[in-house]
Amino acid sequence: MAQLNPRPRLWRWAVLLPAGLYFLVPMAASVWFSIDDADGISFDAYTGLLSAPGFTDSLVLTLELAAVTVVVLLLLLVPAMIAVRIGAPKLRPVLEVVCTLPLVVPPVALTAGLIGVLRWGPDHLMDTPFFQTFVFVQQPEFPLVLVIAYVLMALPLAHRALDSGLRAVDVRTLVEAARNCGASWPRAVVSAIVPNLRGALLNAAFLTLALVLGEFTTASILGYQPFAVWIYSVGNSRGQMSVAVSVLSLLITWVLLLLLAAAGRERRHQTAATS
Amino acid sequence: MSTATAPLAEDAATGSATVEFRSLRRTFGTTTALDGLDLAVRPGELLALLGPSGCGKTTALRILAGFETHDSGEVLVDGEDITRIPAHRRDAGMVFQSYSLFPHLTAADNVAFGLRMRGVGKSERLRRAQELLELVGLPQRAAHYPHQMSGGQQQRIALARALALQPRVLLLDEPLSALDAKVRLALREEIRRLQQELGITTLFVTHDQEEALSMADRVAVLRAGRLEQCAAPSELYSRPATAFVAEFVGTMSRVPCSRTAGGGVEVLGRRHPVDGALPADGDLHVLVRPEHVALTPAGDGPALVVAASFLGAVTRLTVRLPDGTEVKSDLPTETAATLPPGSRAALALPDRPVLVDRA
Repeated sequence: MAQLNPRPRLWRWAVLLPAGLYFLVPMAASVWFSIDDADGISFDAYTGLLSAPGFTDSLVLTLELAAVTVVVLLLLLVPAMIAVRIGAPKLRPVLEVVCTLPLVVPPVALTAGLIGVLRWGPDHLMDTPFFQTFVFVQQPEFPLVLVIAYVLMALPLAHRALDSGLRAVDVRTLVEAARNCGASWPRAVVSAIVPNLRGALLNAAFLTLALVLGEFTTASILGYQPFAVWIYSVGNSRGQMSVAVSVLSLLITWVLLLLLAAAGRERRHQTAATS
Repeated sequence: MSTATAPLAEDAATGSATVEFRSLRRTFGTTTALDGLDLAVRPGELLALLGPSGCGKTTALRILAGFETHDSGEVLVDGEDITRIPAHRRDAGMVFQSYSLFPHLTAADNVAFGLRMRGVGKSERLRRAQELLELVGLPQRAAHYPHQMSGGQQQRIALARALALQPRVLLLDEPLSALDAKVRLALREEIRRLQQELGITTLFVTHDQEEALSMADRVAVLRAGRLEQCAAPSELYSRPATAFVAEFVGTMSRVPCSRTAGGGVEVLGRRHPVDGALPADGDLHVLVRPEHVALTPAGDGPALVVAASFLGAVTRLTVRLPDGTEVKSDLPTETAATLPPGSRAALALPDRPVLVDRA
């Protein structure tokens, strides 16, 4: 085949090679920088990570924030998107615009808005039960305010992933078929639609996870120290370690992606095996 | 196959309920889908709802299934008004037009889905699912996913799923329309066989008159949300109540005619009594079926053969009269061979009452 038409293969390499170099060279350079030492090769930057102050705390906090963000986002978005498809298809473009809006709002502007609300709230709600809410969402141990911000930021990504999943499913017919088989509304959605959105849900979850792992602006301005902010602060004093952490965070993202994909495959195999 | 499925049919047997639509109305914005529909379905019969697009047949079925609300009127099943009962408690199995199997479940799990919703234990539901798969002739497909099956197989699985909960009424919403002709014919017979074995009251929505006439005990023809006629297929064909039914069911030709003094009409130079009411005023047409139009070769005849369409045992000839009217005539193929396009013929209608409509 290749002999008959060698051009596609040539073009494939012509595209893949520069693209590969574009991604791999900086990563290789980063890895090299993180292990290069005056005496040769040293993995001190990596071995010293666990004992570095703040590493574990910031990583755990980020993973917790990511998990809660994914849950909140999917709980908000999945029912809304299914409801619009079944009950009000004309509202689909409206929902799409609303979900895409955060794309055109820079994180700095979003954060400035959040700060405004956070400042306004305590001043005006001092004598109401809402005051405690403002305190609660800003507690340093688990800043829920970051979850709120991340949910907004991840809306366009999650919406796009879920929308493509829903396009592949005849939502209305499947829900009606499930209801005809005796399933109530919620059960019809959970039993007949959600399992068919597994790929879309995993995509949405992963994109959200990647966003939270790398988000710096909002967390930094609001004064919290999740992973990305910690990497930046370490970089000021220990350059080699900050690069090592960046390489590691990339690896963590890949590993999580592989785990999510494997979980999806495992679920499919289980379904096939139990049938 | 039917001997093998006899006990299964008994197991899957359902009650055969009566269904009644009373003055059912439903509008969508300015469009009236149902305009006071009155229709009764007898226990155990297969009634086809037939009509052109937008006549309200699917709306009526969806209201019965609980997927659509109504503006006024009643829907009675065994005398009980079910319009306030949610869809999942209506006890009506439905097969949809589009393939509606759950893609993530195997054929057996699809069939057992309703039983799972009812809390039936796993072993019992798999046993019942297997029985129903045998009933629809697909026991070997139990472990297959929908994407691994053909359209016809998917609709048979959907039928098994609809029957799994032993519903009082079976609703078929154009279940054959997405299938190719050969599969459609086979599945049509399969559905009819199962319906008769189970004795389940069935409403079958279709726009295909051949499908309706060949499968149903009775056919209800709908037009603009109202019932035009509900009758056995043979009666509907031979004694249509209205010109709309006559022209919608089967093929009809319109031939201009004039009134006679005795309340009849004169057409093609002969007098005929009128079947039904004669319109009080205006120009008139007689409606005639192709098989009732006799053609004989005649060099000076008034009819010019303009087209011939081979249909197997018969050939349908189209002839043009001097006033430009085109009339269709079904003749045995051997006879039609003597009247090739371009030849002339004499045309005659049978000596019987004719259906007359305004021009």
